[in-house]
Amino acid sequence: MIRLENVHKYFDDRHVLKGINATFLPGTINMIIGASGGGKSVTLKCMVGLEEPDSGTIWFGDRDFHHLDYNGKQSVRREIGMLFQGTALFDSLTVEENVAFPLRMFSDLQEAEIKDRINHCLERVNLPGINSKFPGEISGGMKKRVGIARAIAMNIQYLFCDEPNSGLDPLTSRVIDELLLEITQEYGITTVINSHDMKTVLDIGENIVFMYQGEARWAGSGKEVVQGRKDVPELDDFFRASF
Amino acid sequence: MASRAQLFSEVGKFVLFMQRVMKRPTRGRMFWRSLVYEMNLIGVDSLVIVVLISLFTGAVSTIQTAVQLTAEGGILPPDIFPMEVVGSVVGNGSLLEFAPTITCLVLAGKVGANIASEIGNMKVTEQIDAYEVMGINAANFVSLPKIIAGLIMIPCLIILANFLLLYGGAVACKVTGMLTVDEFVIGIRSSFTPLYLRLMLIKSFAFAFIITALACFEGYYTEGGALEVGEAGTRAVTRICVFILFFDLIIAQLFL
Repeated sequence: MIRLENVHKYFDDRHVLKGINATFLPGTINMIIGASGGGKSVTLKCMVGLEEPDSGTIWFGDRDFHHLDYNGKQSVRREIGMLFQGTALFDSLTVEENVAFPLRMFSDLQEAEIKDRINHCLERVNLPGINSKFPGEISGGMKKRVGIARAIAMNIQYLFCDEPNSGLDPLTSRVIDELLLEITQEYGITTVINSHDMKTVLDIGENIVFMYQGEARWAGSGKEVVQGRKDVPELDDFFRASF
Repeated sequence: MASRAQLFSEVGKFVLFMQRVMKRPTRGRMFWRSLVYEMNLIGVDSLVIVVLISLFTGAVSTIQTAVQLTAEGGILPPDIFPMEVVGSVVGNGSLLEFAPTITCLVLAGKVGANIASEIGNMKVTEQIDAYEVMGINAANFVSLPKIIAGLIMIPCLIILANFLLLYGGAVACKVTGMLTVDEFVIGIRSSFTPLYLRLMLIKSFAFAFIITALACFEGYYTEGGALEVGEAGTRAVTRICVFILFFDLIIAQLFL
C-alpha cells in the first residue's frame, strides 16, 4: 500500500501540489486522473523519487520514503517498476537486453536464469520471439508492452504508469489496459496509473483520485466516479469533455 | 551582476554533477562493458579524422615554415638559418601545440557533440529518469565510462597525432624537395626538449577531461525536445573549445 499524507510541492513560487492525501491499495488498479497541469505527473514523480516533496509524507507500507537513508531508498526503488509515457526503453539495447537490464544490474542470477526470466516476461506481455529487435524496430504498442515486461522483470511490489495509453489506437489501448489489470491481480502489486483517458478509468479503474489545480478534489471507487461527478463540477466537466 | 551569479551557479552545478559522477559504479561488470564500448567509440572511431588532420597539419606547417625561412623580401635575409630549423620548429610546435590542441579541438566537435547529444537525447526521452527510478545513479552510470574512456583514449590519439604530424612533415620534405628528410629529422632530434613532451601529456589529460566531462554535463541538463538536444551539442562544443584554449594558456603560463 502507498499512502500520501499532506504532500506539498512548489516550483519556485508556483504551488503545484497543495496538500495531497491519498491511499493506493495493493492488488488494485489505482488511478490518478485529471486535466493536464493538474499535478498528476508531479504527484507520480514524487512517489517514484524523481521529485522531492517540500513537505508531507509518502509511505510505502510502513516506510517513509523521502526520509529514508540512501540504502533505504534504494531498497524501495528495487521494488518499483515504472512504465513511462514515452516508454523510455534504452534505444541502444535490444528488447532482450532492455528486459534483462534490471536483472543484470541488481540480481545475482546466472545468464541461463536471466534468459528464462526474459522469455517469461516477454511471453507474459504476449511478445514472444522479438528478443533481438531494437526499440526503433517495433510499434508503439509493442514498446509499451516491452516497457511493462522490463518493469516486472524484477519481483516488484509497486508499478507506476504514466499515461500508458498515450499515442495508442483504441484497440491497442484496450490490450494495454487489460494487461495492466491482469498483471496487477496476478502479482498482487500496487499499480498507480496516471491518465486522462476516461475510457481506461471506466474499464479498469478501481480506486480513483481526481486532481484539479494541485488538489485531490475527489476520491472514490471506479463505480462511484459516475455518481461523484454530480458533486464535483470540475470532475463533471472533465467527464463530459472526455466523450 | 546577474551573469556573475549565473557563472557561479553553473560552476556549482558542475561540481555537484561531478560529485555524483565520481562514485563507485553500482555494478562492475556493466561498467567494464560500457567502458570498452566507449573506448571504441571515442578512440577507434576517431582514428580516421585524427590521422587525416595530423598528416595534413604536419605537411602544411613544414612547407610554410620552410617558405618563411627561404622567402625573398622577408624581414630576415633568406638562407640565414640552416634548414634543420624547420624540423626544430615543426617538432616542438607539434609537441606543444599542434598535437594536443588541434587534435582536441577537432575531437571537441566529434566526441563532445556526440556525447552531449547522446546523453541529451536520453534525458528528453526519459531514459535517464528510468535509471533513477531503478535506483541507479544515472549521472555516474552514463558519464563515468565516457570520462574514463576519454582519459585513456584521447592521450593515445594525441601521441599518435604527434608521430603522424612529423611523418606528414617528412613526406612534405620528400615531395617538395625544399629540404631533405635528413635535415628535417636532425632538426627534430637536436631540439627535442623532454619538458615539452611532459607538457603534451599534461595537456592531453586535461583536455580529455574537459571534452568528456563538459559534454556529459551539457547533455545531462538538457530539457525539452529535439531542438534542445541539438542546442546542447552546439553549446557543449563551444564551451569545450573555449575551455581548451583557456587551459592551454594557463598551462603554457605555468610551465614555460
